[in-house]
Amino acid sequence: MHSLNPARDIERISGINARRCMHCGKCSASCPAFHEMDIHPHQVAGMVADGDIEGLANCKTLWRCLSCFACVERCPRDVQPANLIEAVRLWQIRRSGENHMHPQDIPEMLDDELPQQAIVSAMRKYAK
Amino acid sequence: MHRIGVFVCWCGSNIAAIVDVKAVAEALGKEPGVVFSMDYQYMCSEGGQGAIRAAIKEHELTGIVVASCSPRMHENTFRKAAAAAGLNPFLVEIANIREQCSWIHRDKTDATEKALILGRAAIAKLMLNTPLQAGESKVVKRALVIGGGIAGLQTALDIADAGFKVDVVERKPTIGGKMAQLDKTFPTLDCAACILTPKMVEAAQHENITLHTYSQVEAVSGFVGNFTATIRKKARYVDEKACTGCGDCMAKCPSKKAKSEFDQGLKNRPAIYIPFAQAIPNVPVIDTTECIKFKTGKCGICQKICQAKAVDYEQQDTVFKESYGAIIVATGFDTMSPDKYGEFHYEEYPDVITSLEFERLCNAAGPTGGHLVRPSDHKEPKKVVFVQCVGSRNGGDCDGKTYCSKICCMYTAKHAMLTREKYPDSEVYVFYIDVRTPGKNFDEFQRRAIEQYDVHYIKGMVGQVEQNGDTLTVQASDLLNDKQIILDADLVVLAMAVQPEEGARAIGTMLTASMDTNDFFTEAHPKLRPVESPTAGIFLSGLCQGPKDIPETVAQAGAAASKAIGLLAKDHLVTNPCVAGSSNSLCNGCSMCENVCPYGAIGYEDQQVVRDGKRVMARQAVVNEAVCQGCGACTVTCPSGAMDLKGFSTRQILAEVDAICR
Amino acid sequence: MSIANEDVKTKPLIVAFCCNWCSYAGADLAGTSRLTYPADVKIIRVPCSCRVNPMFILRAFQRGADGVIIAGCHPGDCHYTSGNYFARRRMSLLFSMLDYLGIERQRTRVEWISAAEGSKFAKTMSEFAEQVAALGKPNHLGELR
Repeated sequence: MHSLNPARDIERISGINARRCMHCGKCSASCPAFHEMDIHPHQVAGMVADGDIEGLANCKTLWRCLSCFACVERCPRDVQPANLIEAVRLWQIRRSGENHMHPQDIPEMLDDELPQQAIVSAMRKYAK
Repeated sequence: MHRIGVFVCWCGSNIAAIVDVKAVAEALGKEPGVVFSMDYQYMCSEGGQGAIRAAIKEHELTGIVVASCSPRMHENTFRKAAAAAGLNPFLVEIANIREQCSWIHRDKTDATEKALILGRAAIAKLMLNTPLQAGESKVVKRALVIGGGIAGLQTALDIADAGFKVDVVERKPTIGGKMAQLDKTFPTLDCAACILTPKMVEAAQHENITLHTYSQVEAVSGFVGNFTATIRKKARYVDEKACTGCGDCMAKCPSKKAKSEFDQGLKNRPAIYIPFAQAIPNVPVIDTTECIKFKTGKCGICQKICQAKAVDYEQQDTVFKESYGAIIVATGFDTMSPDKYGEFHYEEYPDVITSLEFERLCNAAGPTGGHLVRPSDHKEPKKVVFVQCVGSRNGGDCDGKTYCSKICCMYTAKHAMLTREKYPDSEVYVFYIDVRTPGKNFDEFQRRAIEQYDVHYIKGMVGQVEQNGDTLTVQASDLLNDKQIILDADLVVLAMAVQPEEGARAIGTMLTASMDTNDFFTEAHPKLRPVESPTAGIFLSGLCQGPKDIPETVAQAGAAASKAIGLLAKDHLVTNPCVAGSSNSLCNGCSMCENVCPYGAIGYEDQQVVRDGKRVMARQAVVNEAVCQGCGACTVTCPSGAMDLKGFSTRQILAEVDAICR
Repeated sequence: MSIANEDVKTKPLIVAFCCNWCSYAGADLAGTSRLTYPADVKIIRVPCSCRVNPMFILRAFQRGADGVIIAGCHPGDCHYTSGNYFARRRMSLLFSMLDYLGIERQRTRVEWISAAEGSKFAKTMSEFAEQVAALGKPNHLGELR
């Protein structure tokens, strides 16, 4: 569910207090996709800490992050930038509803190859 | 029968304007047990105290209640007045009717009623007071300093100069500590050895100082003024008295593969070695893990060659006990290992080094004779990258240190300048999170690195170091320009977090001195008692208490010494008589009190007690009154109600409760 | 004191156990700063919050106290290193059993008040007195006397 407080949503989804960030730049120094991004990992952490989630909603970064977790591994403040990006990504997906899946669509998709587990997971993830 | 006197103070108008002091004195005068009551303008004045003394004598009072200001203010004054009139000072109780009554209440009726109740509570408590005698304990006029670095040496010298005997126990084969390993010192760039080694010599030659190097404190018992320490002097296998320090043994030792601890492993040393040229004592020690004689039984060259016949393979550890009045902890620090920061590949790449290694590489007495070269190929580095805050300032669940190591900003600026000075054609980069330089001439020093030495300070961190041919590729962030940059460097220097010396926790436990979660010793008060441990008689000197630079360490070392001198100068200590005591008709020897005592003041003895009318031997709690501080934790823990606290007994407190709720 | 009398009692009686080093000094500072709090609060000085036996609290309620508060040094600041931790554990255990005795939890409290927190002392005591007064009726244990 989306509340009126996007910063709170991100904190709830990620379980991270982004205000722990001390702006050292270890994440941006470690990021292999740095040059593909418009908003860089340390800025993501800063914007989440400042509550500017809207500013991140349509940035390229959300879709360029490789989830390699180099930043998560090396961040000295346990801010886990990749997990923040993932949280904003989820928040954006849920909000835009583009991936909504309706139960009536499902029978069509089913085939013998598709594991049932995948359908259940997709429902969980996208039917919001 | 009780004969209690009540004295109600006006405190000028401070009390009398709100509390009807005459009514209170009159009402309290009618309480059972009270035979005398009066009110007076200033009870604490000479006139007031005179009235107390006179009343005690005239009315043969067995106890007095003074209703006045806070006991934290004048309890001692009135106790002394009572003592002067021959009354035990612990038969005095104070009813706090100023801070806790007249000053906080506006309504006269309420305030007067409350003053009356507080007075009654004090009387009720006093009824159960017993005369207490403050004990005395002797002060042993000798101090123990644990650690022989600059902190320990400064403390030892200051105490010794004041005329007291000091023993310095140092774990390593030489005194000098970390400062001996440093090249230059900020912000003046004077050479560390030049200012430290004279102090080492002074300590070694001081008639009041005894140095025990290659020794460890194994156990400490006792209490403030009278500690007993067990010290193990490890076998050096070289007779300290016979050895002349000629160094022939070191030169001839065939085992030369051991890493020199003093040179941070950048140089090898023989199995029989003196850590560095100015070491004190200038006596070698045999590293038995490297010595061929100890490993195979064959060799013995050093013994054959020693003209002084000082080498003794049969030497044993010696253990001795000594008494001390004060103990000063000066265990110092170490730097964190960069192992866990895989992105720097410290273990794999020889040209990724720590700042302490950099110090040795710069030092004229170091492994390269002061020629700054990279460890891998001994080439002069032309591009040097310094990384600050490695392991410091960590948060969340990260396993580094939460604190700022305080000295790295300054020594990194120093290293950057030294590099630029040695190689004017070099390029030097410093990656920082924040530059923190509070201190006299500190910020000016760091600015000089930027403005005059052209050091590139970049706000950002290094994310990755990779070996690329014979250079190191450094990937880093430049936050102010919002860029990710890649640099080729010849040498990468990591400013590792400082941490307490490995053995500090064991020392803390031995001394029952409290430590924080980082294993730094905690001070008795963070502002007002910064060099004392909460455990009486234990003082803190240097980095064992928290990160600090050399001037701060020396200042704290002197402060710790002066506190210790203040203690050693006394012949006797007056002990607090309000201590716990166990009733041996009730104690069942369960040990629960021992477990909660923060001072280790409770022990157990088999004593004769009467059980079911028979005399039997039983395990009984015994409180060491000189160690007990009177917190009362044991009294509540005791399941049989045997343990009680003098001056704040269970019955006394219940009497107060009853009087208040009457 | 008869039960009928207690029913009309508007002023609650509050016993405050204050440790000598922090909270008692905090109370003194409240006084020095002339910060008022209700006269219903009566302070008993103990060396440390760990000296407070749960029995003292029950005794106070039994003798008709309407509220009991224990004040000690902040965690980590105890003059005796660890006393307040013992107090915290003992009191949370005691408080969890008060319901069983028919005493509302709101009649008890543990607070950490340092020697520098005179205003916190006054504020805490005022709030606590208000909280106890809001319960209105006296505690049941007192009636059993």
